Amino acid sequence: MASRARPLSLIAPALAALLLALVLAPLAAVGWRGAGMSLGPADWAAVRFSVTQALLSAAISTLLAIPVARALARRRFPGRSLLVTLMGAPFLLPAVVAVLGLLAVFGRSGLLNQALVAMGLPPISIYGLHGVVLAHVFLNLPLATRMILHGWLSIPSERIRLAQSLGFGPSETFRHLEWPMLREVLPGVALVILVICLTSFAVVLTLGGGPAATTIELAIYQAVRFEFDLGRAAGLAGVQLAVGVIAVLAAWTLTRPAGFGAGLDRGLPLSAPTGWRRWGDGMALTTSALFLALPLAAVLWRGLPGLTDLPASVLPAAARSVAVALASALLATTAALTLALAAARHGSPLMEGAATLPLATSGLVLGTGLFLLIQPFAPPMSLALPVTILVNTALSLPYLYRILLPEARALQADYGRLADSLALHGWSRLRWLVLPRLARPLGFGAGIAAALSMGDLGVIALFAGERQATLPLVVSQLTGAYRMEAAASAALILVTLSFVLFWACDAGGRRAAA
Amino acid sequence: MQKHLLAAGLLTIAMPALAETPVLTVLTYDSFTTEWGPGPAIETAFEATCACDLRFVPAGDGAALLARVQLEGAASDADLVLGLDTSLTAAASATQLFAPHGKTPKTDLPVDFADPNFLPFDWGWFAFVHDKTKLPEPPKSFEALAASDVTIVIQDPRSSTPGLGLLLWVKAAYGDRAPEIWQGLADNIVTVTPGWSEAYGLFLEGEADMVLSYTTSPAYHLIAEGDDTKAAALFDEGHYMQIEVAGKLASSDQPDLADQFLDFMLTDAFQSVIPQTNWMYPVITPAAGLPEGFDAFRPAKSLLLSPAEAQAVRDAALAEWQAALAR
Amino acid sequence: MLQLDRLTLRQAAFRLTADWSARPGSRIAVMGPSGAGKSTLLAAIAGFLAPAAGRILWQGSDLSDVPPGARPVTILFQDQNLFPHLTVAQNLGLGLRPDLRLTPADHARIDEALARIGLAGLGPRRPAQLSGGQASRAALARALLRARPILLLDEPFAALGPALRGEMLDLVRTVADETGALVLMVTHDPRDALALGGDTAFVANGVVQAPVETRALLSDPPEDLQDYLGRT
Repeated sequence: MASRARPLSLIAPALAALLLALVLAPLAAVGWRGAGMSLGPADWAAVRFSVTQALLSAAISTLLAIPVARALARRRFPGRSLLVTLMGAPFLLPAVVAVLGLLAVFGRSGLLNQALVAMGLPPISIYGLHGVVLAHVFLNLPLATRMILHGWLSIPSERIRLAQSLGFGPSETFRHLEWPMLREVLPGVALVILVICLTSFAVVLTLGGGPAATTIELAIYQAVRFEFDLGRAAGLAGVQLAVGVIAVLAAWTLTRPAGFGAGLDRGLPLSAPTGWRRWGDGMALTTSALFLALPLAAVLWRGLPGLTDLPASVLPAAARSVAVALASALLATTAALTLALAAARHGSPLMEGAATLPLATSGLVLGTGLFLLIQPFAPPMSLALPVTILVNTALSLPYLYRILLPEARALQADYGRLADSLALHGWSRLRWLVLPRLARPLGFGAGIAAALSMGDLGVIALFAGERQATLPLVVSQLTGAYRMEAAASAALILVTLSFVLFWACDAGGRRAAA
Repeated sequence: MQKHLLAAGLLTIAMPALAETPVLTVLTYDSFTTEWGPGPAIETAFEATCACDLRFVPAGDGAALLARVQLEGAASDADLVLGLDTSLTAAASATQLFAPHGKTPKTDLPVDFADPNFLPFDWGWFAFVHDKTKLPEPPKSFEALAASDVTIVIQDPRSSTPGLGLLLWVKAAYGDRAPEIWQGLADNIVTVTPGWSEAYGLFLEGEADMVLSYTTSPAYHLIAEGDDTKAAALFDEGHYMQIEVAGKLASSDQPDLADQFLDFMLTDAFQSVIPQTNWMYPVITPAAGLPEGFDAFRPAKSLLLSPAEAQAVRDAALAEWQAALAR
Repeated sequence: MLQLDRLTLRQAAFRLTADWSARPGSRIAVMGPSGAGKSTLLAAIAGFLAPAAGRILWQGSDLSDVPPGARPVTILFQDQNLFPHLTVAQNLGLGLRPDLRLTPADHARIDEALARIGLAGLGPRRPAQLSGGQASRAALARALLRARPILLLDEPFAALGPALRGEMLDLVRTVADETGALVLMVTHDPRDALALGGDTAFVANGVVQAPVETRALLSDPPEDLQDYLGRT
């Protein structure tokens, strides 16, 4: 049974190889055009700062997400499902929009400082490492919460009932049920956040406060755009990728399967302890809801006035963005499911790497490399939208893979043999086993992929022709021409469309799973 | 409104290439080609005279332009590049991808400018923009700014042309004293953004008292928004200039048409479009004069390093800047 | 004929050998101490564990390259024999057509099988709405529908009480009679082996011994079986 070749077992490695090629070929193309690479002390300082802020952002986002996810898992309250859905919103904000939203709360004349001044306290500054981490936590805490919440919901009710019958208190429940689940889920969650923060650029620079807050991606921009030193750009992108590889291997080593075994889908919520834990959960929920909702409200507030006076190019750009998002989401979901199912049978660090490293690639090097690769064969402009779809697929796949993997593993452990013994293969297995059992994470993941592909500038800026701009590009063009009000409104449309796409997929998945 | 949007959308889909007419391809920065930028009006005006199809190809922002030209190399479909500035022309000439224009036009630029490969089409002075109602008495020099507790947002010279402009401004005004000026400014700088739009957005949100932009920025608010509260602070040491230029690519398959466009660029039909679309000064003052607000903030002294000097001092100036600001 | 031809199975340091054959329609209890390798043997016949050496043959043809679902085998695991998200009828339908494109005739067969096994009318339910005994019956009903010539039972009734277990064994005999299947049933309990009727293969010390008539074996057990049974 171990060595029989099923179609799936061939497709998945091919797909992994394709992804790695997509990451490495542009890097090689850029490196080949450049003449040898040499990194100076400033470059290494950028590497250090990038890694530091990414580690902090990943650790804090993940740790803070645990109490929020637990409170959501074990409490029932009005507005709970709204809050869960709202968790989808922040990480699909374009970086600049998110920063302006945060400034409305934490900025010099933001709500927090107004309150501090009113109370006679000194104002605080958001600029610096702490501001960068704050923004990354704002963007990634909801994602982490949703992923961990999936973990909580996947603990079979049979195990919960056993725990309750054995009289487990909250600390025993944590030790025997929750901690094993977290051991399985947390490394992967921290990994995607770390890798995405590693390549963060606009957020880090805008809130960093000065040149000391320099990331690898900025050094790459400088190398490509002002110096046209492609060798140095490729070297920096290689370092960024290497850090990503180390993170993948570390997460691979730290992950332990929880091994809860299967349940019978009997709905049984976790017990909701009373006393101070009740207050603790309430605090976690209120604080996180405010932390997420206030900047989002600011984005909404800023965007409303300009809605009536938008340039005509917004509508076609929005249509193009939605088309790109849907195509990318479909491709990414298919590919990530294929990889996750294969990895659930025979996991390997190679598969993990292929499914994670696209996030660690430099957007600029990826775009430049693809440009160099495509140029001999076709005018790059004519391929702007296909290339954007391809890149968005590759960039959203890691999230999907991370969301699907734990559940694909559980599916394989619980029902793999039964399905095999019933000759449940191919389409039948997908239709009757995989899709119904993974509906919830598939819907959530597809929603994330669609939303990210809406919001992500990707490489379109390098490829876009005269009439191919997507909505994020129009937003950035508007902000570049003093038209901040129109930009805020276009951004609001972008965010709303992303959110609707996300909500439709996510709710669809949850309904199908119910 | 809805109908217009829809019509624009359909038009976008139904625009196949017009066959038979010669095509002139101009590589430029994004904001030049947008519907609110100079592109559409200039396209219409030039096509009325040339019996050709003028196509603007956007290639990211100004700094990305030169990288794009170098990436495409001699295989480029483009005939002209429009939108480089004088801090980049030395590097651009060094690629040997550009052809000499052979023209000696007369312009209204406040400084002498002549380059064998590049012709200017607009220009501006960098300046710190502020809100008169919140900061009625802005500092009058970098030294006064450094001594004050006025806060500023600037752009990173490694990713933005205004950022690079500021670096050269301080260098041109203070030479060897530049590190000292930067050290003095360190506690005034709220943050350093990757591009102009982030910085300007932060300023409008009230995150800083002043932002690095152009002397013409207040004119935008005055004309487009009817808001006269914005002003540019005039500095005694003079203001660094940004001159935006266009050049013909040696690999062009339409060299005559490209020459024709360069000539057109210095006519009133092109120049009169610039002020209220690109919010920069035209290099030849239009027959109808400059719009309201363009004469409000005119520095007494203009600073500009030659392209060769700018190229020569850049790396050292950048290192000084990083050392002074890295706390 | 099921042939275990100089079969060696390996799982990490554990090693199990068997070298015997059984006629179609035989009923064989597989008995032995915990961890002796009873389930390992069934997993190998079902196709979940490739032999380290030797072959498993059915009617003369080697099963090594046959995937689990294509083997002439139905297996009932200790638990998780039903998919919780599908109805009982759909779970049975998988035994007829894995793509669940069921004809009216198929539906009739499913209803008939449910009735035969004492679950008439429970087709639309989900497994979570069944008792443990009912879930076991449903799995047996699917075995009845699949009608494969080999039926492997890996202690599927271990969680049931003695009376219920007796009923299940009756049902197993009924299913086996109807399908003519060779039954291999893992059990700890000599009474189950007797109730099944037929032979018993004793597993101990890394060897699955050739099946011997159960009654004869238990009336005169060899020494290691005596140790296992705990009699003096």
